[in-house]
Amino acid sequence: MSWYCMTRRLGSCEGSRRACNSQFFSGHIYYAGMLFASRSFCCLGVRTYQLRTDLLSRSIRLAASATMAFRPKNTRRIEGLDSNVWVEFTKVAADPSIVNLGQGLPDISPPAYVKEELAKAAAVDRLNQYTRGFGHPSLVKALSQVYERVCGRKIDPLTDILVTVGAYGSLFSTIQALIEEGDEVIIIEPFYDCYEPMVRMAGAKPVFIPLRYKNDGNSASSADWVLDPAELANKFNSKTKAIILNTPHNPLGKVFTREELQVIADLCIKHDTLCISDEVYEWLVYKGNKHIKIATLPGMWERTITIGSAGKTYSVTGWKLGWSIGPQNLIKHLQVVHQNTLYTCPTPLQEALAQAFWIDYKRMDDPDCYFYSLSRELESKRDRMAQLLQEAGLKPVIPDGGYFMIVDVSTLNVGLSGKDDKQPYDYKFVKWMITSKKLSAIPLSAFCGPETKRQFEKYIRFCFIKKDSTLDAAEVILKNWNKQTA
Amino acid sequence: MSRPVQARRLEGIDKNIWVEFVKLAATYSTVNLGQGFPDFPPPGFLKEAFLRALSEENHMLHQYTRAFGHPPLVKILAQFFGKLLGRELDPMTNVMVTVGAYQALFCCFQAFIGEGDEVIIIEPFFDCYEPMVKMAGGTTVFVPLRPKAPKDGKLMSSADWQLDPAELASKFSERTKAIVLNSPNNPLGKVFSRGELELIAELCVKHDVLCFSDEVYEWLVYDGKEHIRIATLQGMWDRTVVIGSAGKTFSATGWKVGWTMGPNRLLQHLRTVHQNSAYHCATLAQEAVAQGFQRELMLYGKPDSYFVQLPEELQKKRDWLVQSLDAVGMKPIIPEGTYFLVADISKFRSSVPDVPDSDEPYDSRFAKWMVKNKGLAAIPLSAFYSEAHKNNYNHFIRFCFAKEEATLKAANDILQKWKQEKTSP
Repeated sequence: MSWYCMTRRLGSCEGSRRACNSQFFSGHIYYAGMLFASRSFCCLGVRTYQLRTDLLSRSIRLAASATMAFRPKNTRRIEGLDSNVWVEFTKVAADPSIVNLGQGLPDISPPAYVKEELAKAAAVDRLNQYTRGFGHPSLVKALSQVYERVCGRKIDPLTDILVTVGAYGSLFSTIQALIEEGDEVIIIEPFYDCYEPMVRMAGAKPVFIPLRYKNDGNSASSADWVLDPAELANKFNSKTKAIILNTPHNPLGKVFTREELQVIADLCIKHDTLCISDEVYEWLVYKGNKHIKIATLPGMWERTITIGSAGKTYSVTGWKLGWSIGPQNLIKHLQVVHQNTLYTCPTPLQEALAQAFWIDYKRMDDPDCYFYSLSRELESKRDRMAQLLQEAGLKPVIPDGGYFMIVDVSTLNVGLSGKDDKQPYDYKFVKWMITSKKLSAIPLSAFCGPETKRQFEKYIRFCFIKKDSTLDAAEVILKNWNKQTA
Repeated sequence: MSRPVQARRLEGIDKNIWVEFVKLAATYSTVNLGQGFPDFPPPGFLKEAFLRALSEENHMLHQYTRAFGHPPLVKILAQFFGKLLGRELDPMTNVMVTVGAYQALFCCFQAFIGEGDEVIIIEPFFDCYEPMVKMAGGTTVFVPLRPKAPKDGKLMSSADWQLDPAELASKFSERTKAIVLNSPNNPLGKVFSRGELELIAELCVKHDVLCFSDEVYEWLVYDGKEHIRIATLQGMWDRTVVIGSAGKTFSATGWKVGWTMGPNRLLQHLRTVHQNSAYHCATLAQEAVAQGFQRELMLYGKPDSYFVQLPEELQKKRDWLVQSLDAVGMKPIIPEGTYFLVADISKFRSSVPDVPDSDEPYDSRFAKWMVKNKGLAAIPLSAFYSEAHKNNYNHFIRFCFAKEEATLKAANDILQKWKQEKTSP
């Protein structure tokens, strides 16, 4: 695999080197002898870990001995983890002429009361100083109330909850607390891209299992993508420390059913495995679907960390607040990580979030509750997005939840061979679409392990938590698509 | 589960002094001079900037910004500190924003320290350095600041606590990967002199060692002293990560905005850690801090500058607390910088009897007794020492004086009353 992959990437990077303004590139240029290694991961953000790790560490040692000014500095734990798909594709967002349906951030406004609560909180002197490290008291109290209701069990705000810097921070704290060298962690593909590097940074081995399309031909719903139970069972062994579950799922939008969760739960119990359940899109579930928390299945509470996000709940991704909920005997270890990494999260944001939660907690029986109203708003955007894509001749996979939609672009037969032949098709397609159609998305192979990229390289991911004018602009592009491609 | 569920990297780092003492202060204290945060508000211009940012019609400041630092913030930091460091800083490659200086430190240890690496830590030290080295699998090597007796009749100054050059040199070995420098120093308030920094710098260059320079109290220097940035010394820029904090700079510790600055060859690895741990920092506070720095850039050196006014204010408070403590017989060590001061409580030992064979250092028991019985919260100096050295200086406690006048007066009342109780039959 290795040398073939390297040359593929080398070729593909030549053309885009100019555009690749990555800071990683300039850093690695320092290790002069191995230019091609540096280009490979600056441009693509696609991981070929084994090769990259070997090559890079060798290159660092070689170059270092050559220069002699400084010895190798960075630790093994971050070898090969420097590249990132977002570095390249979020740069695109800066160009205002591009209709950006790529990175998952809303361009709709957060609800007014959320902003008001923040203004109120920031006006209180004491709330501009440190708060309780593991979570601001009023916030953990509010979270415990909301989730007690959802889970149907008592949740202690001080011992069963940790507030983190985004759900990202919760994933990191969980993995650092509970995963180490010698462990295996099962990751379902496609996956939110940070799972893999975080598992590797903890010294553990990711074990991938893909969602497979089970239907033939027509109906394209996220529900058609399923795990093969026998294949999944095969992935579990005595080294399996945890499985990472993401439901509703990014990028597919799949909402795992009770039966599907039971299959996973049975295996976790049988093999005494932990479950890291990323449920950031928990409220964004569309008609006919129900979000089920795997932690509520029998035997699962004691082995599950459930992760949530203020950014996704209240459309405030820039607040970077998330939380981990679970049994004390697991959460206490996450708290230890937290107190040794960043100690405490920003106070005024936590207070404002607490107040927002109280407002919605009180109306959890009311359809106006933001948890439900946002979901309704997004469902119509989802439907609109799907229609636009279908009219343009594309095959979208209708998500049952979340705010992403993946689309099979192979049906367009856009011939891209000859252009950067070594790149996966979806990367080439997105780049072509950005330059020629002024519309951005994210290539799906960014969310796959090395074995599965081929399976997913005809898909790209659109984000539809966008205001009407953005979707209008996308509509114009999609309606005119066929006219230009013909 | 038969084996422990938690990872081995957590071994020995689960205890944390703040968890315990913050709880005690919350429960018992009427006057809290313990944990280091101001009880006065951030400056008006900063709060206004925050309000403006959150209510902007273009509400995109509530969404993700650039992961390695909000562009307006890294740009102004590069500009501002470029001047102070005497070199042109690229905001994209020489600056990275973190969730407080705490996370900046974390990124440094994770990026550069692994098994087999030694890290030199100067005692007393901000307590997180030690567990962070451990969590990264490194080995801590401690070197103490040693107090020299003050001139007769005078109070000790933080300047009287010094490194022994030969002792320091002996701590450097082939395995030394980094030294952590904290100047101005928490808890003592020491502001390292140029000579002291040159000593450290020479050793770093000689042994090819990195320097993590925790300069969060850079603006809080008194008596006309100068905060010297070690990164400006010969041979140091290329091996130093400079760490700063908006919390300390702008009296807004709850905003958790910090930054790292340094050469790209080092920052690139901090970026890797950051993008795999926290990734983005909250946008709004970064926007407000950027505006704060814009203002300070324009007012730099002028009387209206917050960086001039804050140390002036705090120096007065320092002097007030020094007087207050001296008057009752607690011997303060006058800090050259930071908003902490350490005082010798030997004269108050009678209030808290010794417990022979106690595991807990005396000053820790003293501080706990004091908060429970006198309502005055402070932190024992032993909290800032390694396990092996906790009893070396166990009759000192640390006070934070970044407090309103009323708070300091209330502290004084408690101390006065306590003294009277001791002396009356």
